[in-house]
Amino acid sequence: MTAGVDLGAPQTQAIRSDDDVVRVRQLVRTVAVATKLSLVDQTKLVTAASELARNTLIHGGGGTADVAGVDDGRRRGVRIVFTDSGPGIPDLDLALTDGYTTGGGLGLGLSGARRLVDDFDIVTAVDEGTRITVTKWSR
Amino acid sequence: MALSAEESGWLARLLTKNAEQLIRRWTELVASSLRGRLSHAELARQVQELHRSMIGAVENGLTDLDSEQGGELRAVLAELSRGRARQGFSASETAISVFALKDVLLELMEEDQNAGNLRDFVAFSALIDQMGLFTFESFVRTRESLIADQAEQLLELSTPVVKIWEGVVAVPLVGTLDSARAQVVMERLLQTLVDTGSPYAIIDITGVPAVDTQVAQHILKTVVAARLMGADCIISGIRPQIAQTIVALGIEFGDIATKASLADALRHVLRLTGVDNARRHQRRES
Repeated sequence: MTAGVDLGAPQTQAIRSDDDVVRVRQLVRTVAVATKLSLVDQTKLVTAASELARNTLIHGGGGTADVAGVDDGRRRGVRIVFTDSGPGIPDLDLALTDGYTTGGGLGLGLSGARRLVDDFDIVTAVDEGTRITVTKWSR
Repeated sequence: MALSAEESGWLARLLTKNAEQLIRRWTELVASSLRGRLSHAELARQVQELHRSMIGAVENGLTDLDSEQGGELRAVLAELSRGRARQGFSASETAISVFALKDVLLELMEEDQNAGNLRDFVAFSALIDQMGLFTFESFVRTRESLIADQAEQLLELSTPVVKIWEGVVAVPLVGTLDSARAQVVMERLLQTLVDTGSPYAIIDITGVPAVDTQVAQHILKTVVAARLMGADCIISGIRPQIAQTIVALGIEFGDIATKASLADALRHVLRLTGVDNARRHQRRES
């Protein structure tokens, strides 16, 4: 699980349409720039956020993204929490396998997003929903 | 119905009798709400026009803004809100130009006890409310048409396919590549390939801020479609941070040629077609 103190209140963005995925991306980029992540880390985090937001929309039937700057005493980072109350993920290991897809995509979204961030935590229950928490730390 | 015939006549008298004072006070109130973002002369002209068309309307026995007698007044209001919407004023800043008249009238009535009673004022107030709502609606309509125009312009502007060499076309992608735009890009590219008979296409993603799996999939599909038509695609504009992200995501571009810049991609194509060598030979010979 991720550690660290929140810097300021998290900003919440609802995810209900394709446009909201773009808004999540812009919000994450703004916070990442404010947290002084490097350009590579910004791009990685924004891409991961884009994947997870789209998963929230397509598989979770919509939800929210909470974006906040965090500080663990040594370094600063950005934490994003994606929450939906969709059908959940029945087989997590399978869902995290490269190339496995149920939505007609490349099957790299969830597994790829995990490789793009530093901390990745997923809580899911069938028919209850999914909550994914990711954090990217500055180096 | 907002006004009775009697009230309408009373209103006409009030508007005409105190015309000068009314216009001055009205302009002042509107000017203070707009904080000098519109020139005083322009504002005074608008208020005078509004005042004139109101007098015209109530003298013709206007009882309701939607009635026939309100035609000219509606046109003036619509013109006013269109102007404000295009100049970037907010909806309340536009509507206040109309609502300010209430304050002016109230002041007039307080000064002159014979000017009218509360009942008249309430009836008149209802007419101003109607006018305000009408202004608001025209404002929103103008804004909506502006937004629709811009969205259309943006879609056109965002997907040019340019011929950069004999037999080479390039698609510079800028911004977010969603499904709708990806479809437009693919259609334009394939059509241009047919029209120009080009065997090579360069897809430049310098202007794409983040390449996620959806964007990559759209690009891959476009490349495959172009290949089916016998054209070779090169992807250019892959910046360092995008390259690292693509690797971490695990996206594979397979045997598709990728280059860091558009210039590299063009050089690559020219080398493949032998144009480069031919020109060098020419230069040596001459």
